[in-house]
Amino acid sequence: MSRATALSLRNLSKRFGNTEIIRGLNLEVSSGERVAIIGPNGAGKSTMFNLISGRFAPTSGEILLNGQRIDGRKPFEINRMGLSRSFQITNIFPKLSVFENLRCAVLWSLGHRYSFWTFLGNLKDANDLAQAWMQRIHLDSKSDVLAMNLTYAEQRALEIGITMAGGANVVLLDEPTAGMSNSETERFIELIKSVTEGKTLLTVEHDMGVVFGLADKIAVLVYGEIIAFDTPEKIRANPRVQEAYLGTLAEQGD
Amino acid sequence: MTVNRHASQPTAGAWVWLGFALVLLAAPWVFTSNLSLTMLSQMGIAIIACLSYNMLLGQGGMLSFGHAVYTGLGSYLTIHALNAVGLGQLSLPVSVLPIIGGLAGMGFAVLLGFVTTRKSGTAFSMITLGLAELVFAMSLMFSEFFGGEAGISGNRVVGQAVWGITFGPQRQVYYLIAIYTFICVGLLYAITQTPLGRMLNAVRDNPERVEFVGYNTQQVRYRAFIIAGFFAGIAGGLGALNFEIVTAEVVGPARSGAYLLFTFLGGATFFFGPILGGILMVLAFVLLSEITKAWLLYLGLVFLFMVVYAPGGLASLIMVNLRVIKHGKLRGLLPSYLGFALASLLMLAGAGVLVEMIYHQQLDAALGPDLPFAGMVLNTAEPMTWLVAGGLFFLGLWFFEQVRRRFAVRWTSVHTDITRSQAVSS
Amino acid sequence: MEFFLISMLNGLSYGLLLFMLSSGLTLIFSMMGVLNFAHASFYMLGAYLGYTLSGVIGFWPALVAAPLLTGAMGALFERQVLRRVHHLGHVSELLVTFGLSYIVLELVQLVWGRVAVEFNPPVFLQGPVFTLINHAEQGLSLVAGHGGEVCAAAEATVRVACTPFPATRAFIMVTALAMVVSLWWVLTRTRVGLIIQAALTHPETVETLGHNVPRIFMLVFAMGTGLAGLAGVIGGFTFITEPAMAATVGSVVFVVVVVGGMGSLSGAFLASILIGVIQTFAVAVDYSFLQLLKDFGVSASVALQNNSFAKLSVSQIAPILPYLFLVLILIFRPRGLLGTRDT
Repeated sequence: MSRATALSLRNLSKRFGNTEIIRGLNLEVSSGERVAIIGPNGAGKSTMFNLISGRFAPTSGEILLNGQRIDGRKPFEINRMGLSRSFQITNIFPKLSVFENLRCAVLWSLGHRYSFWTFLGNLKDANDLAQAWMQRIHLDSKSDVLAMNLTYAEQRALEIGITMAGGANVVLLDEPTAGMSNSETERFIELIKSVTEGKTLLTVEHDMGVVFGLADKIAVLVYGEIIAFDTPEKIRANPRVQEAYLGTLAEQGD
Repeated sequence: MTVNRHASQPTAGAWVWLGFALVLLAAPWVFTSNLSLTMLSQMGIAIIACLSYNMLLGQGGMLSFGHAVYTGLGSYLTIHALNAVGLGQLSLPVSVLPIIGGLAGMGFAVLLGFVTTRKSGTAFSMITLGLAELVFAMSLMFSEFFGGEAGISGNRVVGQAVWGITFGPQRQVYYLIAIYTFICVGLLYAITQTPLGRMLNAVRDNPERVEFVGYNTQQVRYRAFIIAGFFAGIAGGLGALNFEIVTAEVVGPARSGAYLLFTFLGGATFFFGPILGGILMVLAFVLLSEITKAWLLYLGLVFLFMVVYAPGGLASLIMVNLRVIKHGKLRGLLPSYLGFALASLLMLAGAGVLVEMIYHQQLDAALGPDLPFAGMVLNTAEPMTWLVAGGLFFLGLWFFEQVRRRFAVRWTSVHTDITRSQAVSS
Repeated sequence: MEFFLISMLNGLSYGLLLFMLSSGLTLIFSMMGVLNFAHASFYMLGAYLGYTLSGVIGFWPALVAAPLLTGAMGALFERQVLRRVHHLGHVSELLVTFGLSYIVLELVQLVWGRVAVEFNPPVFLQGPVFTLINHAEQGLSLVAGHGGEVCAAAEATVRVACTPFPATRAFIMVTALAMVVSLWWVLTRTRVGLIIQAALTHPETVETLGHNVPRIFMLVFAMGTGLAGLAGVIGGFTFITEPAMAATVGSVVFVVVVVGGMGSLSGAFLASILIGVIQTFAVAVDYSFLQLLKDFGVSASVALQNNSFAKLSVSQIAPILPYLFLVLILIFRPRGLLGTRDT
């Protein structure tokens, strides 16, 4: 069964001055797939995300979202076309409450645009959706707490909430479990699984246990190129990958 | 189905608005002198101007050095409209003319705001500065519109007197200003509770994230800029009616600086902060400037102090202390507050004497060495006077720092107590 | 012809003065991310201190002492005030320097009064350094010092145009060029300069290497304000020393910095020279749109002749030219002429 291609990266490259970070990257992600991006530090994973989400424009190559070109577009345009991302360093609205954070995340997708003639309190759709998401990420007891006063794990959960609440179909999660303890990570992975049900997911992860538990496919990024893109078992057995990781993959998976 | 607690809750806030309306209504009955009436009128104008400025600063995180461009151009267009009414070319009641000022402010904000909001942060501030200087410099070039050195004057007692109101007496002007103030404050508050208002806050806090939830940050800023320009223009229009003359200084850098200074002093982080700021602005310009020539120096020093130690302004100081009172912790802080007051008094006495003596020697030396100061006569020729004054100042400064250090410790402990008690109760 | 040459030199000297100021500002901005709103206030301080000190210890000692004193005050401000608001963000830093500008202005007025003071250049800098003589018969020639009898003699038959170039202006150019060279040398050839360059982009790394980064910031701020003070001493006796000097120069310097590209020294240099030269020429040109029409043989209607815009001569719009540049640059090239960073 062939599914539609949600995200397509063709011959993507990015150069900063004289340094080429991404070189000739190719990737095709099918709709509904969960892909984990792994690779050694400095391989270019964050840069890849930044290229897809519009933070940087590629030096050359194409990025297609659901068949439409998004390379070179502004982040808000890409977001409106159905792609959303979270950040490795928590990127929320610190001086707004948890509820307000989520409400901000849904306003555009619900079509409220730049309205200054409707009251937030009367926007039933926005308020209900924000409330629902608050419950999904288990922060409804902290509804009025300012985001900057949450614990780290709670902030990461809020980060995911903001990313998902807008209703994007293609989601990029940049090291979602960064800085969490093992128990926190386990719970967080369950949260990610439940909120990204049916969505196309790309996630950068270092924790191999997470990767193998969450991903349908794994893409291995080394020196700005994808050297392998396959199911977890095949990746584990891939000699090139083993070489890149000096054997750590084979040990961790057991 | 759970009731959504975040739906509008009108009843508690309604009393505040009612109180506000009553204050506006009753103020001239309490402060009856002519000077008071003039000052109250100016305060209403200043409140609208500062609130419109805070839409940029406090709500949007945009530090503008050129807000007077919009209030000033609003003033100019309004006074031209007023003169047109007087000549019979325009048949509008005088009371509606400030809205023309508002439209002028809005129009210029549409024009200039497009270039201004393309950048954010420090670059934005620099652009506002450059545009303000541009307009100010132009004001000396086009004398038909700007009136050159003499400015443009007008007469507000023109046109149709609706219900017998001619706007001749200051009292009538005050009530017109009061009505506009009430409506504008209400509208500006309402806007903070709308999607644009909230996203403006989000842009202030994290412009990058805003893009990633689908909003174009530049559009958010631009629209807020236009709305702020509208209300700025209304304030300018009311000013034109109030003073019946508009000179180039209304678009000048001093005026822009004043909006910044006093909005910040009043408090940019709370909605009512700029209201305090507007009141302070009029008090400073009208009363403080009469007391001492060096009032801008004192103001600058207070401003500097606030930026470092109380960046939320007077409003935040009030709110934080209200919170302390609510939790019954005020008694522990009272000695520190008394200490601050005493130290400030010493510093003020010392510095005040020094400043006045210097000005006396500079300007009034022909009158002899004696300077009357706070009921005493000081001899400026005596070196002892200088030493005592200087000593008082440094003593006050040292004392202030001692109190501040102890206060900082007490403050933190009060706050930890409060946070702990809140965590327990929730 | 001589008009063009002298105006060009005048423009260059003004531009170099602007660069002395904008380089300090750019240095501070590049290193610390702080746009020093009070930079022109240090310019003013330098002028007034130079005025007072030169009356006490003589010109040359004052030329050294006044900038050092100004830099010291800058260092004091950085340490006691600016440092405390670093953690609050750029808006707070800008506000703090904004407040300082008010305070310095009021203090200067308190100490030296509200009227301009007579800060005269030293004897050896008074008068022109050379004079261009355009003799109707003998052509263009250059004479050191004053034009002498040739200029004084007002002969009706032979037309002689004498255009002097003031020594003070030449002094500005010499000092500014010396400053540029020494700045370049310090930044690229000394150990301190290398550390400063590193702290520019990676302050934390530099700190972990054992360097006292806060002290480096203070040093850079002192350097920047000291440069402003030096510009102040020279500008003070070349132009005018009065309380309004900070405001008039300050806004142009900010325009220079934005037009050149914030954070770019070479951009500041280019923009300073450009704005300096263009504004100097503009002030001297008395041409208006109406005159342009007349020269082309186009007759203007009465309404047009009375139009404010059309009657404006170039010299009248000279004051707003820098700000026009600012707006144009922001529309067509927002990152400035040679800017690299985007904010």
